[in-house]
Amino acid sequence: MSQYLVRRFLLFIPTMLLATVLVFGLFSIVPGDAAVFLLTGEDASGTVTNEDFERLREDLGLNRPIYIQYADWLWGVVRGDLGISLYYGQPFGLELIERFARTFELAVLAIVLAFVTAVPLGILSAMKQDSGLDYASRVIALIGIAMPTFWIGVLVIYGLVYGTGWLPPLEYAHLWEDPIQNLKLMVLPAAVIGFHDMAFTARVTRSAMLEVMREDYMRTARSKGLRELVVVGRHALKNAMLPVITVSGYQFGRLLGGVIIVEQIFVVPGVGNFLIDAINHRDFPVIQGVILMTAAVVLVLNLIIDMLYGILDPRIRYS
Amino acid sequence: MIDQTTEQATIAREELPAPGMTSRAWTGLTRFCRTKPLGAIGGLIVVMLVLVAALAPVLSPYDPRSTPALPWEAPNSTFILGADYVGRDVLSRLLYGARISLYVGMGSVLVGITASFIIGVALTYIGGIVDTVSQRIVDALMSLPGLLIALAIMAVVTPSLNTVILAIVIGMIAPVIRTVRSQVLSLRELDYVTAALAIGAPPWRIILRHIVPNCFATYLVLATYYLGFAIIIESSLSFLGVGTPPDQPSWGGMLVRAASAHVKSGPWLAIFPGLAIFIVVMGFNLLGDALRDVFDPRLRGR
Repeated sequence: MSQYLVRRFLLFIPTMLLATVLVFGLFSIVPGDAAVFLLTGEDASGTVTNEDFERLREDLGLNRPIYIQYADWLWGVVRGDLGISLYYGQPFGLELIERFARTFELAVLAIVLAFVTAVPLGILSAMKQDSGLDYASRVIALIGIAMPTFWIGVLVIYGLVYGTGWLPPLEYAHLWEDPIQNLKLMVLPAAVIGFHDMAFTARVTRSAMLEVMREDYMRTARSKGLRELVVVGRHALKNAMLPVITVSGYQFGRLLGGVIIVEQIFVVPGVGNFLIDAINHRDFPVIQGVILMTAAVVLVLNLIIDMLYGILDPRIRYS
Repeated sequence: MIDQTTEQATIAREELPAPGMTSRAWTGLTRFCRTKPLGAIGGLIVVMLVLVAALAPVLSPYDPRSTPALPWEAPNSTFILGADYVGRDVLSRLLYGARISLYVGMGSVLVGITASFIIGVALTYIGGIVDTVSQRIVDALMSLPGLLIALAIMAVVTPSLNTVILAIVIGMIAPVIRTVRSQVLSLRELDYVTAALAIGAPPWRIILRHIVPNCFATYLVLATYYLGFAIIIESSLSFLGVGTPPDQPSWGGMLVRAASAHVKSGPWLAIFPGLAIFIVVMGFNLLGDALRDVFDPRLRGR
């Protein structure tokens, strides 16, 4: 058991390191480095003298060998120093963490909403296979998967503006200071993201349940006269939920991608606006920071899920 | 002499496959439509998309870049789907937008899935430390959502249709390599591969004659799904304003203006481009589901 956990944890470290290499590497292979963008402006129309260019490169440390730059950056990251925004000229680590917390809250809320609706839907769908209800829930799942989240978001805003004259609130309330107002703000974007995820989770739940229903222990449970509720609740659900939870966990990264878009529509001051801003300004340290933080969250989450999975399912840790 | 005639006969048979082949393809197609009606609808949507993209100049009433209408003109008999914020005809832009979606989708899938297949098959065969290290790289890449990778790439390149394709390809490559690798690993254990090994077939022969043909179904299914994925990512990037250049009529880009300041001005702008994305992605998903069922009977009805 502990051997499995240790092995899984040891796998996490090189993966995380490689993620930092990828994130750093991407911005080092850029044709023309950040100094060029900084000096020439966004539309590359400014004129630059060679001395300016060299001085800035030296200030930013871009004239050092690439591995030294990487080591320097990594050491900073380890100490919690993500560097200085090229555009605003200030450290951005604290703001990034604050914004990431909001994005994370939104994502968690979305996944909870998705789970609460998708799991019952998937179970019913599997138990009444090929019934009208099954088809209805499969159609909903198909629609949810194919609808781009930003379109759902735009439609919801339209519906609200037309129906109630409501406008997306511009004031953001903190979860700790005004939880009610915060949830009021968060619930719509969370529902929009959750709808997409719900479709996916319902599908996985349905197929996991169908798989489990064919198992021998289900026939045994029925033939010894257990009530259907017990059979489904205790025997089927327990076994079917494991893959559902794993898949949902792995979906979390994709969900964060959706959150970035939906934040734009609902004006949530999360990490999404920050990232798009940084991309438009070619503010590479900020982009690096956002991506690194996402990778870290997803990898840690995957680690936790795998460990839980190892604890819950003995088949995993002995294989 | 006898050998020669048989050989000629074989050649003659092979040279005349046309009627048999077409009728077989036709039977296959009708059976597909009968057993997989949803898949057939998906296929129909895909065919329609290709037709619309090919015939966009003929079908479009106006030049997608011209401004024949008033800004925010509501749908009427001249501009069936209304006009956008500068007075461009929405219908014409939608029809031309099909070209962008199809170009980016096909481009990403052809480059991305093919590259992933080559890398995936090669890695499994090289094995050892190379395979182990590259699997960790795949892990690291998979920790990032495709959209985020695409966004990061768009930050360092000049936006154009081809850089959008590059961004999407990098975002899809890791999960596909993972799928291909597990497929190749399980294929390698099959008896006919062992048999080929036993009679001394070289690795390239096993790869080309035994592994690759058996991955074809996986390739087709993955390609269909990822076409939908690529179209969603392209429109998301354009929606966020960092993808397809704004002068090109991308469906995602058309939604941007609708979403921002002018919420009340033109609901048609928010509805139609989104509907187009939705229908096309749905088509690819339905077709992908049906193809997967046909190729992998164990998954039927899931």
